[in-house]
Amino acid sequence: MTTIAATGTDLHAHDHHDADHKPGFFARWFMSTNHKDIGTLYLIFAIFAGVVGGAISGLMRLELAAPGIQYLQGWASMMAGKEASLDEAYHMWNVLITAHGLIMVFFMVMPAIIGGFGNWFVPLMIGAPDMAFPRMNNVSFWLTVVAFIMLLGSSFVPGGTGLGAGTGWTVYAPLSTSGSVGPAVDMAIFSLHLAGAASILGAINFITTIFNMRAPGMTLHKMPLFVWSVLVTAFLLLLALPVLAAAITMLLVDRNFGGAFFDAAAGGDPVLYQHLFWFFGHPEVYIMILPGFGIISQIVATFSRKPVFGYLGMAYAMVAIGVVGFVVWAHHMFTTGMSVDMKMYFTAATMVIAVPTGIKIFSWIATMWGGSVSFKTPMVWAMGFIFMFTVGGVTGVVLANGGLDDNLHDTYYVVAHFHYVLSLGAVFSLFAGFYYWFGKMSGRHLNEFLGHLHFWVFFIGVNVLFFPMHFLGNSGMPRRYPDYPEAFAYWNGVASMGYAIMAVGILIFFVNVIWSLLAGRRAEDNYWGEGATTLEWTLTSPPPYHQFETLPVIK
Amino acid sequence: MIMLKKFLVVMAAMAMPSLALAQPANPAPAPVTKEVAAPVVATPAAAPAAAEAAAPAAAAAPKSMDGSLPGYTPMRPDYANNVGMPKAKEVDFQEQFSDNGQYAKWINNTVLLPIITIISLFVLGLLLWVIVRFNRRVNPVPSKTTHNTFIEVVWTLVPVLILLGIAYPSLDLLAKQFKPAPADAVTIKATGYQWYWGYTYPDHGGFEVVSNMLKEEGDVAKGERFRTENDGPKLMAADNRMVVPAGVPLRIQTTAADVIHAFAVPSLWFKLDAVPGRLNEKSLTITKPGVYFGQCSELCGARHAFMPIVVEALPPEKFAAWVKAQGGTMPGAEKPAPAAAAPAAAAAPAPTTDTAAAPAAAPTK
Repeated sequence: MTTIAATGTDLHAHDHHDADHKPGFFARWFMSTNHKDIGTLYLIFAIFAGVVGGAISGLMRLELAAPGIQYLQGWASMMAGKEASLDEAYHMWNVLITAHGLIMVFFMVMPAIIGGFGNWFVPLMIGAPDMAFPRMNNVSFWLTVVAFIMLLGSSFVPGGTGLGAGTGWTVYAPLSTSGSVGPAVDMAIFSLHLAGAASILGAINFITTIFNMRAPGMTLHKMPLFVWSVLVTAFLLLLALPVLAAAITMLLVDRNFGGAFFDAAAGGDPVLYQHLFWFFGHPEVYIMILPGFGIISQIVATFSRKPVFGYLGMAYAMVAIGVVGFVVWAHHMFTTGMSVDMKMYFTAATMVIAVPTGIKIFSWIATMWGGSVSFKTPMVWAMGFIFMFTVGGVTGVVLANGGLDDNLHDTYYVVAHFHYVLSLGAVFSLFAGFYYWFGKMSGRHLNEFLGHLHFWVFFIGVNVLFFPMHFLGNSGMPRRYPDYPEAFAYWNGVASMGYAIMAVGILIFFVNVIWSLLAGRRAEDNYWGEGATTLEWTLTSPPPYHQFETLPVIK
Repeated sequence: MIMLKKFLVVMAAMAMPSLALAQPANPAPAPVTKEVAAPVVATPAAAPAAAEAAAPAAAAAPKSMDGSLPGYTPMRPDYANNVGMPKAKEVDFQEQFSDNGQYAKWINNTVLLPIITIISLFVLGLLLWVIVRFNRRVNPVPSKTTHNTFIEVVWTLVPVLILLGIAYPSLDLLAKQFKPAPADAVTIKATGYQWYWGYTYPDHGGFEVVSNMLKEEGDVAKGERFRTENDGPKLMAADNRMVVPAGVPLRIQTTAADVIHAFAVPSLWFKLDAVPGRLNEKSLTITKPGVYFGQCSELCGARHAFMPIVVEALPPEKFAAWVKAQGGTMPGAEKPAPAAAAPAAAAAPAPTTDTAAAPAAAPTK
């Protein structure tokens, strides 16, 4: 592989401008085979989807700010174009929670962290000219776009009680089969098929690229940790998504072709669906967070001006998390009526994951220890990540206990937990990566002051938003409720205020990006200085359209 | 070693009744005999109850505006002490009214919460120390340390030890929660419907109590029953409660008729999914008489948030009176005096769980 690429380089070596020759607008952005352009498309797409998903959560927090149904009926009427009944309004709520979950998981975090940063920086970091399968890369992106359109479209067609799919992102049968008549759920399922296929193709692409296209001298044990994280993630995608595809295909069969996989009356079992879903669903949460781990490792090392502490431990901790992540799925199902043996096993196995995760947390801190740390925006986000992910992680240890989960399952405690690891974990790592690499990708600096301001406003906002949810969960408020008893009003009101603060933070982010694109200072090749040692910093900012025509040699 | 022993004990215990598949076969024969007995006992009071059980959701016409029956008046919830209901601005769990619930709350508040708080603060402290001590101004020359086997072993083993410390009470709690109910436990089958609950009493004649959320005064037609403070907090009160005896082992079974629901009562540390085609079972003993509120905890469609669970635990003799008012029979009463319902109530005060209830279990075997 590497030899072929090197030969190609020789042919063009004389004409220097060839490296930066770009196709016309349509060919470049709609028929792209360039990993950096596709990465950019993914990032733009993810930001757009994030705004949509975030706006939906804004509607939810608005409705939940006070007890009673204030807005739902109006929104449902707007969607339907006629006066909506109370039941249709309640259904609208389920559509909102479903869409929020699916959009944030499949169309915001995954496209940004794998499609966006993975596409941009895996080839750059391993010294490769592009991804192994550039056209397949483009197929992955456009399938994701179509999937997103399918999902949004589903909210305009009947889905049972009202318009749209109101099954929750988990699409549990039989609510998703006999419980939701109409094409909305079929559309949502098909959207998941497409997004899943896109991710599987992407995973194949990353695995092939990382295994075959590393620059001479870059052994697996010399790869940057971000590349390691994407490699592990790609394997998780490859092994988990087909199971999701199978499960939701079975849903389609049950819905449309007289199947009975999950129909108890005909000999099926609804709990089977949950096993299949969570066999995918648990690795999925590591799919969302592992590349974040990789990004944080790069940033912490760069700004501490020290190599990552315990590199091999860090790499294999991710492998261990990936492996163990496949054998803990039923801790999402502690209340389905499983036997005591299963509950004990899944309790114990789940707690084991805390060990490699702890190794990562302590290794990041050890990397900073003795370092010469500069607190630039990406580093501030990375430190915020480490603390917030710890908080989210330890509540995970609480939830791992099957006996405690008897109370906490499906309450706001769970909502708090997974937002601490995702909204304060994965999203913090996304912002950290964005501030870290934006200059490299765009050629312009983001504003440091606005970056710090964004961090602090967002940090305070999300904590005010999600921390009270622990309290709501403790006192018993169930998830997925559009209305709640008076006793839950106080913390719900606080959480909704937190949302408003967070939204201001996001606004600052957009101001920063727009300002930077219009008037930002030009970025040098290696604007972070001596701590930034990976290969992308040896290139110009932005890198040439085709990089590494002469392969770098790693000593 | 202790852990291994625990596993074995639990596995042995499991071999007995709580397997989901084996269980339904056991109590199933009982209702058959008792349903035959029920019509014999049937007093006029049974007729409206039966009609109500058969009527779907909203159609059920209540006998009174406050849910009372002859010999039974719904208990007023203890608002002053927030018994069985959430408290405004609360950060902690609700007060627990089962032994396992108290144990679980203790594990969280005394074992887990301190540990996770210390870990979080420890990480925060380290980060703050880095900010103070290792910033570029104070420490301009970074160290070159990249490995330290000793500390890596330490931060692998210490978490393992902490987890083992957590696992011990955690698995112990699981073993306690899965302790099967004794043979004479009172069986109640909770069935989830879109969007209400049905509570069947197979040991007491097999009648079903249909439980719908009570609406507010402004939301019901004139003359229909609405929620009052006696019923419970808004969105949590139900027209007919799941009435059970307090201090007596209960065998709660859950199933569903349409989609998955979940029977959950936070103040009893109890949550069990109601899955169509399955009969889940768990034992529960409520320590004190009282009204305990819960809400459906598995997304079940549009009115998921509007099918509350209300458990009213009564002293056994009052429970017997309620059973009588529902047209049911107490297990001990059916054989000796089929026609006389009154003695059943009189006989009921005797049961101190084990002694008097034991003969009740005998005929079912």
